[in-house]
Amino acid sequence: MTQNRPWIPYLLILPSVVFLGLLFIVPLVQTIWLAVSDDGAPSPANMQRMVTDINFMQSVRNTFLLTIVVVPVQIAIALAMGTMVAKIGRGRETILWIWTIPLGISDLAAGLVWLSILQNTGYFNSLLFSLGVISRQASWLSYQTPVALFIAIAVAEIWRGTAIVMVIIVAGLNQVPKEFKEAAEIFGAGPWTRFWKITLPLIRPALQSALILRTVLAFEVFAVVYALGGRNFPVLVGEAYNWQNQNQNYSVAAAYAVLIMVISLAATLVYLKAFKVDPERLP
Amino acid sequence: MSTQAISSEAAATANPASFVSSRRWLLWSGIAALCAWVLVPIYLVALGAFGGRQGVYIWPKTGLPTGISLEPFILFLQTEGVVRSFLNSLGAAGITVALSILLGAPAGYALARYNFPGKDSYRLLVLLTRAFPLAILALPLTVSFIRLGLYDTIVGVGLIHTVLALPFAALVTQGIFLGVPKELEEAAWVFGCTRIQAFFKVVAPLALPGIVATAVFAFVISWNEVFAASVLTVRNRTLTAYLLTVLSESPMHYRFAGGLMLILPSVVFIFAVRRYLFAIWGISSK
Repeated sequence: MTQNRPWIPYLLILPSVVFLGLLFIVPLVQTIWLAVSDDGAPSPANMQRMVTDINFMQSVRNTFLLTIVVVPVQIAIALAMGTMVAKIGRGRETILWIWTIPLGISDLAAGLVWLSILQNTGYFNSLLFSLGVISRQASWLSYQTPVALFIAIAVAEIWRGTAIVMVIIVAGLNQVPKEFKEAAEIFGAGPWTRFWKITLPLIRPALQSALILRTVLAFEVFAVVYALGGRNFPVLVGEAYNWQNQNQNYSVAAAYAVLIMVISLAATLVYLKAFKVDPERLP
Repeated sequence: MSTQAISSEAAATANPASFVSSRRWLLWSGIAALCAWVLVPIYLVALGAFGGRQGVYIWPKTGLPTGISLEPFILFLQTEGVVRSFLNSLGAAGITVALSILLGAPAGYALARYNFPGKDSYRLLVLLTRAFPLAILALPLTVSFIRLGLYDTIVGVGLIHTVLALPFAALVTQGIFLGVPKELEEAAWVFGCTRIQAFFKVVAPLALPGIVATAVFAFVISWNEVFAASVLTVRNRTLTAYLLTVLSESPMHYRFAGGLMLILPSVVFIFAVRRYLFAIWGISSK
């Protein structure tokens, strides 16, 4: 286009660059400095304090366990949703809309929704009771039932976070040319072979961005945990929140923040390497 | 032809109707189960929100709407701080929407229409924001915000929520502007429009639905954000931050009412623009 005014694009991106510089880059550097310094001098004191905290190991373990359980299940459900909607004509939009409803639901609300089901007098216990599985109200969300609490949080996370994976995967599936599948069918490939040999490799970019997005979000899990288990189930972001709000110690909170960032970045790099997708195709 | 194809053909000739219909049946029951998986929990929390104090203690529960009325929900709304935090949430979301579109859409247009040195670095900056748990940035910002007088204000919350929504807005509007044919814009120039006139007369109307959908999504991002809002406010809490802080003290039915109140606006908004959202995401066309 008109190359006689080459400053136009810079003028257009300038406001967002300035904004992101001030509210993304600067606080990012500040967080890192806050975490690795003490009284204005570099020091590992905050890191040490974080690592020796009683909840630290537990929160690391819980966050990783949740991510390892939740993300694959979400990918699997999203793939199932994607293959299902591809097979239907009428009613497709409505079903897609129903499946995208959780996109509008915050993790706090999701936690409260599942609280209504899993609390002592809730619907889950009522169902078990009427089926004769339990004779009196069971408690699932206390610190005495860590496994049940873990499952409850995982279920709530899966309920809430699958929609975004579904959107990314359906978009990816839409880009797979029909001819590929038809060709494979002619050469006698069954549905499973078609799925593993054609569909999955072709939606790699979509899978990659879904994995990156969901893993980063899973490391940020916080409000859903808080709503269901209070402080019975320590997670990394929850610890950062407690250090900041209850203990008023910004430095240790920043140390947690840096740890979460490092883990998120590491996971992102692993996915980028493992999938080797042309960066242009990243959405 | 593979054995499988032969056998399925054999099955089809033997009993075509039942073979096809059983597969259809399987497909639709799977779809129905997944729809129920999404919808039933929302229905149940609504029962909890409208059931009130007694509703919580009914045992065993049946899942039928017995003994529900609007009254418990209205009582919740009258609780001190609820309406105010609701309005705060709207305010923060409004700021987020305005800023992320005002700053993000021009960037999206630049990415869609121009090639310029630094374009890739800019895209990298935007993509980089994705790898970070952005809400965490609220921690160091509290210190700067206190100094600037933005701490405990809705503007402060709106600013940090814009950091979350802006990269998304830039990337999505890029796609929207790419979808508006360049030829239309060039035709407008030929007919004597200036660049700016062409943009507002030709490009903007075509891009508008997509931009509205982007705005709605920015709204939802802000409306749902918990961590930054809780860290950055004390008195002027957003609805999420308010609910989080009163969570452990509030009775069960208030928590359910709060959950429902968080869900409704964003679900209604997404419903209103679902067509355009699907188009943006590329999941509408078959």
